[in-house]
Amino acid sequence: MKNADGLESLLRDLFRSQGLSVLATQREGQPFTNLVAFAATDDLKHLAFATTRATRKYANLAADSQVAMLVDNRRNQISDFENAAAVTAIGKAEEARGEHRDRLLEIYLSKHPHLKGFATSPNCALMKVTVEKYDIVRRFQHVVELRMKP
Amino acid sequence: MKLILAFEEIRDNDRGLVGGKAFALSRMARTGMNVPPGLCVTTEAYNDFVSSTGLQGRICMKWGRKRFEDMRWEEMWDLSLRIRNIFLNTPMSAQLANALSGPIASTLTGKRVVVRSSAPHEDSARASFAGLHESYVNIEGMDAIIERIKLVWASLWSDRAMLYRQELGLDVEKSAMAVVIQEIVVGERSGVIFGRNPNDASQAVIEAVYGLNQGLVDGTVEPDKWILDRKTGRIISHFTAQREKAMATSHDGVSLQPLLPEASERPPLSPEETGKVYGLAKTAETLFGAPQDMEWTLRQNTLYVLQSRPITTGPVDQKDDQRPWYLSLHRSFENLKTLRRKIEDELLPQMKDEALRLANQELAKLSDAELAEEIERRTRIYDQWSGIYREHFIPMAHGMRLFGEFYNSAMHPSDPYEFMSLLGASEMVSIKRNRMLEGMASMIRQDEKLAAQLTSGESGRLPEAFDTALEAFIDQFGDLSCGAEQCTQGRDSMINLLLEMATYRPPTERFQRQDFEALKQEFLTQFSGGKKDYATELLDLGQASYRLRDDDNIYIGRIKGQVSRAADEGRGRIEQRGGIHTKDLEAAEIIRALEDPNFVPERPVRPDKDNAKANFKARQLVGQPACPGIARGRAKVILAPSDLMSFEAGEVFVCDALDPTMTFVVPLAAGIVERRGGMLIHGAIIAREYGLPCVTGVPEVTSFVQTGDQITVDGYLGIVIVSSVS
Repeated sequence: MKNADGLESLLRDLFRSQGLSVLATQREGQPFTNLVAFAATDDLKHLAFATTRATRKYANLAADSQVAMLVDNRRNQISDFENAAAVTAIGKAEEARGEHRDRLLEIYLSKHPHLKGFATSPNCALMKVTVEKYDIVRRFQHVVELRMKP
Repeated sequence: MKLILAFEEIRDNDRGLVGGKAFALSRMARTGMNVPPGLCVTTEAYNDFVSSTGLQGRICMKWGRKRFEDMRWEEMWDLSLRIRNIFLNTPMSAQLANALSGPIASTLTGKRVVVRSSAPHEDSARASFAGLHESYVNIEGMDAIIERIKLVWASLWSDRAMLYRQELGLDVEKSAMAVVIQEIVVGERSGVIFGRNPNDASQAVIEAVYGLNQGLVDGTVEPDKWILDRKTGRIISHFTAQREKAMATSHDGVSLQPLLPEASERPPLSPEETGKVYGLAKTAETLFGAPQDMEWTLRQNTLYVLQSRPITTGPVDQKDDQRPWYLSLHRSFENLKTLRRKIEDELLPQMKDEALRLANQELAKLSDAELAEEIERRTRIYDQWSGIYREHFIPMAHGMRLFGEFYNSAMHPSDPYEFMSLLGASEMVSIKRNRMLEGMASMIRQDEKLAAQLTSGESGRLPEAFDTALEAFIDQFGDLSCGAEQCTQGRDSMINLLLEMATYRPPTERFQRQDFEALKQEFLTQFSGGKKDYATELLDLGQASYRLRDDDNIYIGRIKGQVSRAADEGRGRIEQRGGIHTKDLEAAEIIRALEDPNFVPERPVRPDKDNAKANFKARQLVGQPACPGIARGRAKVILAPSDLMSFEAGEVFVCDALDPTMTFVVPLAAGIVERRGGMLIHGAIIAREYGLPCVTGVPEVTSFVQTGDQITVDGYLGIVIVSSVS
């Protein structure tokens, strides 16, 4: 991969093909993970997911906004070691509001139209993750880091 | 499960289970053609073996390590050797071994056999990929047969098959290999027939040799050749070979033997016998419904058919397709012995003389026009030697591979590259050169006055012993700062290097090559009689191949250095005109500027590196483990020979391709990382010699890693971790 463009298109393809991501949050030293339906903005600077405000992840994020999100395309077969890619996004999460929320919601629902009822219910927050960097792992051990410009 | 089937038991819908070769043999046997008795170990047996032992996962891990597009052929060979070693060292379950050995024993008791590949994807009507997989001839005893079955399985992943992986549809989870086990018929005369001449559809072609047809198939024995009328079998023409040798069975294999004089005067087939062979092809053509490419043998006047496959055009060679060239690098023992003589007795001495002649020429005395001509002449000489290098020296490297495979089959080592300890890098020219450098560094270490004098750069007489050693070194190896491209600061930079070497204390815990003599004894005691002689000869050939592959680089480097010397002379003269930067000028522009005083070359623009300003960086890069150990240190990326002279002790040597002209700084390095891959490349060899952690075959490493980055070289796993960037 000779340039960042190649990496970015790899990320876009992966984010299009995968519906779910593993979200990692933490509180008082205790890590916590969830599967969340996610979407990414085309410039890759933001990831979005929806959660009701009564969840543990929401509480964790209210206390500490630092998150990691894992997206991968493993098929749970031996060939994953050859073919699978895993991407960890590192960044900060906050609840999206105003125009940001409208734009993100459109992106989110165009990828997950079946979640419209959930994502737009009164107690559901649309979370915006501002990505600082991506760690991209391919072929088991090949690791490259992509820093996102603010 | 149908794990093994006798030829008679194979049915019309079993093709996928038994592969093309076994399928054709069984059809011929069932219709009464004279086929030596045999069986087929089916693809189900292969699948059972790789899934029950967990081998499939291990192959997958190796297979997916690197994109094939990023691999050199040498890396494919390396990958295939590692996979082969896994097969060798993975025992077959008693259950599977019993399921195979029962039928083999009942069909072939007490018989010597051939064990051959029968891949479902080869020999199909669409394309033929003969020679990509292994076959073993003249094998005796059940243990030996089981071992060869595993090796034929492993050859599903041979470097040759990897080259054609797309055409073959190679896939770790789907591909499988069947194996034919057949009684060997030791014919007095053997050959092939093409039922239809690929070059003329009205003809058929027979090729025949004395002895076994392995000599014909691998090209070491020239065959007599008959062109026949395809319709009638009438002989149209006969080309007589120089009949000197024949392939015969020997110990547990085959070897080339001289031909008796009476045989060498007589063609291997009489006209009546060509008729019989032609008849065989006709029968097979009727059976299969298409002209056939067949192998046959004649024993005591009885004709046996050994193989039949449809005639195909084979893979279409594209103009830029380098694969046939790589296939041609697989040389036989006999071929390599001849090649070695040519290299040792003719080519290397000529190359040395050439470099010496060029070195002795006084360039300063030439006029500008003469110098321009001289640069051109030297470039031509270099190109000519590059051609010879490709034609003769590169193929010679196969001696190491041939020995390595033989060693691994005999010793079953856990490290597939243990054999390199026997090849003896210590005699390589580059190692001798480094020993001389170390000798001088040691003089500095022991003589404080000398060290102070050299450090301060004071002129004045150097101690005689040191001065003599320095002169002897320059005399023998030239000026180190004269790299392949151009010379740098001369003698001073060499003294700086020696000072750096004098102060460096390398870590003591390093990979140690195994004791040469003990390992050699252990290896040779595996054999007796003729087999021992062969093992000794093959070891000698492997050692020569190892040494020559390094030395040839040194010598061709000297010739290239002489092209640089002339170009530098030209640069110097052009610089004197003032205002012209000559550092990056190509030879053609130097020549033009010498010929035409008014020509002002443009300053070449060096393209920015792709990712110089990019927002991504490598954290962990994957290559191949080339020498075990862990090294942490500051990366020194070598992009030009001049970078070598500022190499500091304890740095990690990072480069695109390390060649012997660059390795004088290796004793200072903490580890080596190289973009070019393979285990038999110079970087890997020299790393093992010094016990330096080494990873080779890291794509684009010189763009991902910058000088000053802190990196960790993991020579166990073959990865490079970039922990902080400069």
